[in-house]
Amino acid sequence: MGHGPASKWDKDKSIPHKIRLGLWMFFAYLMFYGGFIIINVWSPKLMGMDVGSLNLAIVYGFSLIIVALILALIYNFLANRLERRFKEKEDAGKEVK
Amino acid sequence: MKYIPSPWAIIIFIAFVITVFAISYYFAKRTRSCDGYFAAGGSIHWSVNGVAFAGDYLSAASFLGICGLIAVAGYDGFLYSIGYLAGWVMALFVVAEPMKRLGKFTFADALDSKFKSKGIRLIAAISTLIVSMFYLIPQMVGAGSLVTPLLGLPHWVGVLMVGSIVIIIVATAGMASTTYVQFIKGGMLVLFSLIIVVAIMLRGFSTAPDQGDTKDYHDFRTIQAAYAEGSLISVEDSSYTVIDQWDMIQDDEELTLVKLKNNATGFTSIWKFNREEGLLEETLTVTQTAEGQTLYNGGTMDEERFYQVGHMSEINGETDAQTGPVGILSFFSTIKESTVIRWEKLVINDAEDRITVYYQNPTPGREVLRPGLVFKVDSDKGATATDKIDFASLMLALFFGTAALPHILIRYYTVPTPACARKSTIVAIAVIGFFYILTLFIGLGAMTGGVVDITNNNMSAPLLARSFGIALFAIISAIAFATVLGTVSGLIVASSGAVAHDLMDKFLKIKMADRSKVLAGKISAIVVGCIAMVLGIVFKGMNVSYLVGWAFAIAASANLPAILMILFWKKTTARGVMASVLVGLISSVTLILLSQKTFNEVYHLSHLHAPVQINNPAIISVPLSFLTLVVASIIDRKSKITDESPESSELQEAVD
Repeated sequence: MGHGPASKWDKDKSIPHKIRLGLWMFFAYLMFYGGFIIINVWSPKLMGMDVGSLNLAIVYGFSLIIVALILALIYNFLANRLERRFKEKEDAGKEVK
Repeated sequence: MKYIPSPWAIIIFIAFVITVFAISYYFAKRTRSCDGYFAAGGSIHWSVNGVAFAGDYLSAASFLGICGLIAVAGYDGFLYSIGYLAGWVMALFVVAEPMKRLGKFTFADALDSKFKSKGIRLIAAISTLIVSMFYLIPQMVGAGSLVTPLLGLPHWVGVLMVGSIVIIIVATAGMASTTYVQFIKGGMLVLFSLIIVVAIMLRGFSTAPDQGDTKDYHDFRTIQAAYAEGSLISVEDSSYTVIDQWDMIQDDEELTLVKLKNNATGFTSIWKFNREEGLLEETLTVTQTAEGQTLYNGGTMDEERFYQVGHMSEINGETDAQTGPVGILSFFSTIKESTVIRWEKLVINDAEDRITVYYQNPTPGREVLRPGLVFKVDSDKGATATDKIDFASLMLALFFGTAALPHILIRYYTVPTPACARKSTIVAIAVIGFFYILTLFIGLGAMTGGVVDITNNNMSAPLLARSFGIALFAIISAIAFATVLGTVSGLIVASSGAVAHDLMDKFLKIKMADRSKVLAGKISAIVVGCIAMVLGIVFKGMNVSYLVGWAFAIAASANLPAILMILFWKKTTARGVMASVLVGLISSVTLILLSQKTFNEVYHLSHLHAPVQINNPAIISVPLSFLTLVVASIIDRKSKITDESPESSELQEAVD
């Protein structure tokens, strides 16, 4: 009964690239989220500023949710492409052998 | 206020429970192995898993708590929505795929994948159980609180009912049945929340919201009055007599409350003096009499003298207005250009009676639509540095906590591959994000729709649904129960995995065949479920909604630093991980227990100055946990190098 960690995906050569990509996207979002906290703490009145018929608080708040989804879709697109590329390289290597 | 149980709510809830049992029965036949019980055989489709993530994550705190908080405090409630969703970004970009690659049944699998340490197993299991308990208590208390108004049953019946159903779901088919229960719940919650939002938009706003022409909004009365320094307020209306008066300072402003007697009926009531306009304004009161009776506006609950509240006193400058249907942008712009009547709470003593007074606080719509009504962040309004740190700490806890919640992490093991883990997280972000956007509309719709029960703002969403007809109310009530069922199921699966897999199998090394381990998991689920039921009954009546926020803070402090450092710092050692989890756990729980909020709401010692002034510990305990891991790992490595004696090194070199 093997309850150790699964290892059948360890051959995925795209992992280091996906990790780097994920970290970059994570830090980009962290900056965006941090900006929201900083504005609230240092200049809360700015959150009441008009942005069209809305205000900055609503636009920024909704953006934090929508941007999270957009970044997630971009990440998935790029991760899929990385996986495909490395898989093709691996398959090509096997054929040469 | 008095709630009349809806038979349709009961019928729909029973139908839901029958469906849930059918699912459990169906999967019970297929769940024989550990993999099947703890991880649904790793065979769940990523799209189903994504919606199930939403069903797992969107607890009663999200649906009832956030909508209720927005209904009384505006945008500040929405901050929770933002923080809860943002946490998923970390789950996707940093945690999802490695968690799937490194683990199998519990999050401790991933934590321990490199070291094979019994100590890590033990500490990770303890952390899982503590975080899950902090999360379970409010869910169970919430179940009890829901059952009285919605089904007309006592609190303990609600707790036992939810507890028993969840035990059956988990103990029959574990993660497989739990996944599909959460999938159905997540889907229904988002769909019907959207229907409510569309209904709010079509109805529009009114200065006298009549719940779709079904219930007149109570016209809160005013009486002309004159105030003379040092004496009682005098009223112009001779049908009232002033009996008592309370002058106090509330939020740095003078506040005067007056007790009047109606000369015709003999009833007494409390009024708030509006200094600017020289008017006494009607309040709502809940009185705990010395005899132990509770009176609502001076009458029993059956007399129905307590009113639903929530309206705008002015819409675009007009005091008697109705907008008709509104769009997304005009929904917000109308509120922004209007005045919303919010209700403040104050407790006074009248002889031996304790009176909770709710009085009107006209608030510009612009302030409702930005932070600051609950979380003090504006220095001009008296916010201190501590208030600001507390706010930042809460937002950090929400952001870092999601990716460290054990019951969320185990869902990564139910899909076949890391790519599926990634895709299911994206579906979760889409579904959860969409739902959280809807919460702002639902909360503001309740705030201005004349439906809020000011004594229990958690009921705002179901009461708003009721204003659109009994069918929607019945469905939303059933979904509210399903919300509790889905989340509690996930928590109990996580806890049973921690006991059977981490503690019994990996830590105590109890030899178990596959079936025995499944049995151990089922027994653990029953025990944890029974403990949750007891706690749900013991904590009855206690305001425990903030426990969910604390669960996030504890998870972020205890689990997240260890998860991240194992993934990204090669020098991490087993002792470093153990020290980090332990310090994160102890520091966060200690800071919580010594915080002012705990002093006020748990110990009821609001007159005492708590040693810790911030209410959310994450800003201290998360960095402390990271620091501990780094220092402990460095010391651990150095001591290992020192331990290697010159002789042994020379011997080793010779052998090499």
